[in-house]
Amino acid sequence: MKQDELLNIVTDNATFSGAYNIRVNGKLFDRQTNEQVNIVSKKDNSGIDIYIKDGTVGQTIGIPVVLTSGDITETVLNDFHIGKNCDVTIIAGCGIENCSSCTSQHDGIHTFYVGENSKIKYIERHYGHGEGSGQKVMNPETVINMEKNSKMEMITTQIEGVDSTIRKTMATLKDGANLTITEKVLTSGDQKATSIFDVNLNGKNSKAKLVSRVVAKDNSHQDFFSDVKGNNDCYAHIECDAIIVNNAKVGSTPKIVANHPDASLVHEATIGKIAGEQLLKLLSLGLDEKEAEDVIIQGFLK
Amino acid sequence: MLELIDICYATNGKQILDNINLKFSDEIAVITGANGAGKSTLAKIVMGILKPTSGKILYNGQDITDFSITERAKMSIAFAFQQPVKFKGLRVMDMLRLASKQKNASLNAYLGDVGLCAKDYLTRELSGELSGGELKRIEIASVLARKAKVTIFDEPEAGIDLWSFTNLVQTFRNFQNSTQGTMIIISHQEKMIELADKIIVLNSGKVEKIGKKDEIMPTLSIKSCNGCGGNR
Repeated sequence: MKQDELLNIVTDNATFSGAYNIRVNGKLFDRQTNEQVNIVSKKDNSGIDIYIKDGTVGQTIGIPVVLTSGDITETVLNDFHIGKNCDVTIIAGCGIENCSSCTSQHDGIHTFYVGENSKIKYIERHYGHGEGSGQKVMNPETVINMEKNSKMEMITTQIEGVDSTIRKTMATLKDGANLTITEKVLTSGDQKATSIFDVNLNGKNSKAKLVSRVVAKDNSHQDFFSDVKGNNDCYAHIECDAIIVNNAKVGSTPKIVANHPDASLVHEATIGKIAGEQLLKLLSLGLDEKEAEDVIIQGFLK
Repeated sequence: MLELIDICYATNGKQILDNINLKFSDEIAVITGANGAGKSTLAKIVMGILKPTSGKILYNGQDITDFSITERAKMSIAFAFQQPVKFKGLRVMDMLRLASKQKNASLNAYLGDVGLCAKDYLTRELSGELSGGELKRIEIASVLARKAKVTIFDEPEAGIDLWSFTNLVQTFRNFQNSTQGTMIIISHQEKMIELADKIIVLNSGKVEKIGKKDEIMPTLSIKSCNGCGGNR
């Protein structure tokens, strides 16, 4: 698969109206900045700092990474310094094409400092491809620090082809902050995926909604761990739904802790194979079983 | 022409259907009868959801008894489930497109037919965020969108409010006028039964009565139930 194709999959064919930084095979490939958004390489070249000025509105900022050869292992630290009263979309993600017998691994640590009253939409997509026996490994880590009345919507998707992943998300919310995370993960073959969420609702009237929808096929194995702490008058809702196909395994280990009498925390989880009545409905529309399964799974992960 | 020949169905040692012989031409046939009479079982057997213990189903002279649900659907047989199915992630427009087989079909009319405003519903997920009544109407819309030659509705009135129900009766009448196919409705409701060209009364898995509406209607004991205010 060509570099451009990989980039298009990772970014879902997005066009960046604002600044961008494209990293290919461990090096800066292209960068654009503007008056509101500056991107600076860290001095030790371990990653970048993205500075978004107060009041920046309407920009779509791209920070994709692709690896197109085997035997690359990198850890990248990207820090997003988002000013007050911003409203921007950030598109990140990683695509690995590995046709070799060596492992390719990208560990991206993204830290967000979301300023007061700012609104951020963060989209992150992960994709692996390649016929080689080399593993495609991604370990994304997201650290979110939310100031008063800030709002962040994080949509993270593992499309397919990632052999091993440990996905960590840590968030701290101040007064009135509102965080929504939607995670969608597909595994197949012998792939393994672990998702770990650690959310601290420290602020009064802070809110968090965490939705995990995963599909595990074949002999793959997924684990979901969430630890949500309500440390003030706050609300959190955690929803974990999983579809298992063939011999796959999925575990869900929720933990919700109310450290304040006005904390309201909800968790719900459903794990199981595709519901028989869903299949019957789609068969009755003329789909065969494979088509029906695909529609259900694609819809679930959309 | 759909023909059921000596259809029997038993499960867990209980005979649910016992030698059912019926013919359906291009008409509205309403199957009625008490709870447990075997109406829904019969409808599911026609769609291929259940396999008869014995007997044959002929469709335009072809034996389809062993055909799968998908094969029957491709032969233009459609089925509206009594209990609408929820799908996380699938939107109303996705379902209607799958049903109509048209990518760019105007889906608004299908929702309008069941009393729903398209702009309020097309992008909504077919999940718990919709009420039971809304899901039921969308289920019916998805079956109308198929424009099939044989359309089976299993208790279409269940879960639908009275105002919508009155409009639904007219929708069914219009649908039948436009498709000129076979419509089989499982129902207890008098207004739905009044739609029928032919009425079939099932009792304990057997055909108790069959005939034209004018012949059968006067013999049905549809009257107000003093105990609960409903019909029986």
